Amino acid sequence: MNIRSVLLGASALAVLSVGSAKADESLFLYNWSNYFPPELMEKFEADTGIKVTLDVYDSNETMLAKLQAGASGYDIVVASDYMVDTMIKDGLATEFDAKSLANFKNVAKPHDTLKYDPERKYSVTYLWGTTGFTYDGAATDAKLEQSWKEFFEPREEFRGKIGALNDEVEMYNAASYYIGIPKCTEDPAEAQKVLDVLLKQKPFVAVYSSEGTIDRMSAREVQMHMQWNGAAHRTKASIPEAVYVYPKEGLTYWSDHFVVPKGAPDFENAKTFINWMMQPENAAAASNYAGYMNGIKGAGEFMDESLKTDPAVNMPDEYASLLVAGQNCSAKARDLRNRVWTKLKN
Amino acid sequence: MRNLVRSKRFWLVAPAVVYIAFFMAIPLLQMAYVSVLERGEYGGVNWGVFSFDAYRNFIFERDLMDNLMINTDYLQVFARSFGLSAMTMTFALILGFPTAFYISTQAQSRRNFLIFLVTIPFWTNILVRNYAWILLLRNGGLVDNLLGFFGWETGGLDILYTPYAVSIGLTYTYLPFMVLPIYASLEKLDHRLIEAAFDLGADKRRAMMRVILPLAAPGIAAGCILVFVPCLGAYVTPELLGGGKFNMIANLIGSQFGSARNWPFGAGLGFVLLAVVLLSMVAYSLKFKSLPEDKS
Repeated sequence: MNIRSVLLGASALAVLSVGSAKADESLFLYNWSNYFPPELMEKFEADTGIKVTLDVYDSNETMLAKLQAGASGYDIVVASDYMVDTMIKDGLATEFDAKSLANFKNVAKPHDTLKYDPERKYSVTYLWGTTGFTYDGAATDAKLEQSWKEFFEPREEFRGKIGALNDEVEMYNAASYYIGIPKCTEDPAEAQKVLDVLLKQKPFVAVYSSEGTIDRMSAREVQMHMQWNGAAHRTKASIPEAVYVYPKEGLTYWSDHFVVPKGAPDFENAKTFINWMMQPENAAAASNYAGYMNGIKGAGEFMDESLKTDPAVNMPDEYASLLVAGQNCSAKARDLRNRVWTKLKN
Repeated sequence: MRNLVRSKRFWLVAPAVVYIAFFMAIPLLQMAYVSVLERGEYGGVNWGVFSFDAYRNFIFERDLMDNLMINTDYLQVFARSFGLSAMTMTFALILGFPTAFYISTQAQSRRNFLIFLVTIPFWTNILVRNYAWILLLRNGGLVDNLLGFFGWETGGLDILYTPYAVSIGLTYTYLPFMVLPIYASLEKLDHRLIEAAFDLGADKRRAMMRVILPLAAPGIAAGCILVFVPCLGAYVTPELLGGGKFNMIANLIGSQFGSARNWPFGAGLGFVLLAVVLLSMVAYSLKFKSLPEDKS
């Protein structure tokens, strides 16, 4: 071995170690599928030099189960309102005091607070929306009522043409609004009534599935689908006659939030990311991609016109009184709900 | 010398034993442990606090007066899974035996090619194949159109999102698992035995029933188990082709770890399933004490 090769080796090592030091700046984001624009990850990387890795899930409960099973390595997870409550109570969230972040001033009311995290110690708003249903206006001559009745007791032309979310929380909640009982009821008799509604509807349901709701409507495989409002907005791109219904009995208003899970390896990077996402143009990019509203002041001017003019996304004020916030049900209520769901699927 | 052989054997077997111990036994023990723990208030489990609720809740429920009652909801899910699996196994056998028999009667080079064809579906992900069946079976899909082309106007086939669609999907998925073991036992079949049967006056039917079928029995039994057992755990097919309208065991277990946040019950269901599968394996090994390889 001569001096030259030693030097070469040493400089190669030096290059390698510089490279790895830079690669160390990373962030592991765990989010719903199809819910974060890939371009925005690249922009964040360009702005901050922090490399983002994305992993996705299909429901709050999947994410929760993974964290409870001891999954580590995630720096940020996106949780819905009631799930923020569970994460805080179960000790799965890290306090980072959102109000101490520079861009928190951009957060619009009422998103600067959350029922389950009033001081915003553990969470920051990402996107929010509603769960109603969409129907294909071309499939009927009638003008449908603004009611869950059209979904649970469909007219002749929609029977067998209905798609439901395969989500026991959303379906149970909608049925409970329809018959006017508390969605977190612990009374078996009331749960039975919810089951009756769902069982009566079942013969008319073509499919229970939370995935591909937009494609299923676009292919006209079904002509009515329980949907999140952003999906309804995206359905309208292929079916202009699609109408998103705000049922008069009430509909779930949900909000999703950035939470730093316990044991996040890159805590400072997580804070950098959350702060960065509170910039209006970045929040707007997320809205433009997913079709849901954000809670950031000044984001409106960066948002697509089609979002602002679509009543499914930009909800008319008259419907504000119909919104029912998410609620974290007790274990007893959850058991009843799961029993109802199991019986429905028998 | 004998010691050398023994030690060689030990080292050859060791990797497999370690692998099985690590990737099978430990997770199983962990699930057994979780199934006898108390569930956590927010999901998960309370480590170290024991409870047998999971197994009790499988059969019993408490009514409003806090009396124990028999609850058939979960038994129904098990019954449906067993029914569908048995149906799938039967269809796979009806389709798989003639296929395997045909392949075994071909020339060697052709046999290999045909076996290769049987394994082609494994090249693609099961999810993709199930989505393909959605396109095939839906109203206005390929099957519907073909039937119309041959003069049978269905007016909408209406088969997608029904148990029939699930059964078709499962049969398709597991058919190779039936063909391969049956082929393996037929391939080794001594053709002189069939000739002998004919010489002794048997007709084709009798030769099949009295000579070929009994000799192929271990392969048939192995194929049936290889189809029946994974069918019991099917998750994707009932969800996609069944339209999520009814649960099979795996869907029920999935929902216990997900929205129900009842890990012990989910683990317990897994164990009840495992017990049933083990019993059927024991039954198999009692019936066919020796492996097909030893028959020659």
